[in-house]
Amino acid sequence: MLKFPIYLDHNATTPCDPRVVEAMIPYFTNSFGNAASRNHPFGWQAEEAVDNAREQVAKLIGADPKEIIFTSGATEADNLAIKGVFEMYASKGNHIITCNIEHKAVLDTCKHIEKEGGEVTYLKVNPDGLIDMKELEAAIKPTTILIAIMYANNEIGTVMPMKEISELAKKKGILVFSDATQAVGKIPVDVTKDGIDLMAFTAHKMYGPKGVGALYVRRKNPRVKVTAQMDGGGHERGMRSGTLNVPGIVGFGKACEICMNEMEEETKRVSALRDKLETALMKTEEAYINGSKQYRLPHVTNISFKYVEGEGLLMGFNKDIAVSSGSACTSASLEPSYVLKALGLGDDLAHSSLRFGLGRFTTEDQIDYTIEAVTKTVNKLRDMSPLWEMYKEGVDMNSIEWAHH
Amino acid sequence: MAYSDKVIDHYQNPKNVGTLDKNKSNVGTGLVGAPECGDVMRLQIEVDDNGLIKDAKFKTFGCGSAIASSSLATEWLKGKTVDEAIKIDNMEIVEELHLPPVKIHCSVLAEDAIKAAVNDYRKKNGLPEFKFEESVVH
Repeated sequence: MLKFPIYLDHNATTPCDPRVVEAMIPYFTNSFGNAASRNHPFGWQAEEAVDNAREQVAKLIGADPKEIIFTSGATEADNLAIKGVFEMYASKGNHIITCNIEHKAVLDTCKHIEKEGGEVTYLKVNPDGLIDMKELEAAIKPTTILIAIMYANNEIGTVMPMKEISELAKKKGILVFSDATQAVGKIPVDVTKDGIDLMAFTAHKMYGPKGVGALYVRRKNPRVKVTAQMDGGGHERGMRSGTLNVPGIVGFGKACEICMNEMEEETKRVSALRDKLETALMKTEEAYINGSKQYRLPHVTNISFKYVEGEGLLMGFNKDIAVSSGSACTSASLEPSYVLKALGLGDDLAHSSLRFGLGRFTTEDQIDYTIEAVTKTVNKLRDMSPLWEMYKEGVDMNSIEWAHH
Repeated sequence: MAYSDKVIDHYQNPKNVGTLDKNKSNVGTGLVGAPECGDVMRLQIEVDDNGLIKDAKFKTFGCGSAIASSSLATEWLKGKTVDEAIKIDNMEIVEELHLPPVKIHCSVLAEDAIKAAVNDYRKKNGLPEFKFEESVVH
């Protein structure tokens, strides 16, 4: 039986796996203790649960449990990493290198750093959505203290060359931070093999609960420290104060354990469905895949359907299918996706994009339904698109003087 | 964002989608908006010998509210005189379709499309074009 609505927006968030919820429940009621209460069984129980989760989380990314700092999510972890390094390593320099398709949590934090007197280089990406290693190398200065590059992009799913980046950084004695929110739990991420010094990720993108994330902070070769951004009880080795969200952390741990055990099988299944969806949709005329097909998360595809507008397109099926669009109309700002624009897409193609993010519970009949509904709506809207008519008549749309408003 | 029932209805069953022969002297064509801005409307009117709009057609690239605004505009245009047509105010469209503030520009675009179509018709027939105050949105 086909279940509606169909959820294909797993880059935005994922449902909690029922096994995760089951693991969390006792920690709301019976085992409700504060993990920092060292003097009674309630506290001991909570602490043990957190320790266990810390191990599960660390294991998934090839880290030591002591290197995991629990936070409220990836945004907080991004802030803690960038601001924390900027403050901690102020005597070494004030220059940070990042790229222009990072998540806003990184970009806006970097903007904040600039206001604080820091210097930030925003690397451009190529049409595939990848940074150029030569440009990265050229951007490095004696004052560079941090390279902050995302592991995988949230809109187009492209995966950055983290190993190459960290090899270069290591040679120059620069720390590497990666926002791996979209990658952890979906593809093998190993901080040791990848040479990452700090890494942000979050539970709700991997079938865990919202409101809990982590910052990985390397303890050896080199020992990395960040200045705390929140003052208080000195939790999480003094780097992040605040009573631990025990049920959330337990859920995060369980979610990591499930990803660890099932990633390989799940990737095979989900990427086959993604490929089926993509192949079918690409049979539509004037459809374009955004970002690298080669270096990409297995569950994501971002496609522009030229001459139809994204939000109008969504409206054709969004009662039944949840996807997102890079169209301006779906954002408050009326600006189309800065990520798609950074790939060199014209605003028109950026307006025409849909992002499909498949997940653990996506079924083949859901994909079949989606293929039909999207194709039908694209055709219907093209029939009422003046641009499609002009394209079909061979009108050069660049020759028209558009009234920009 | 939730759409009003009227927007959904126009989106699902748009009225008067199509193309009139832009070369005919009694057909006025208005093309407004820009692909980069995410909405382009083309609205056409066909005027009979008595100055009445006997047919109106549109094609729109844009969101559901833009499609609904142009669909509604073509419905309202039919049977009106050219002079009556230019009196259609974008706020009437906003009210009819219950457009939220973020979608008001869709109604403005429809109003602009009507004016552009009327002026194209007037120009073709040797009449001076109407001067309209530039609408300021976006």
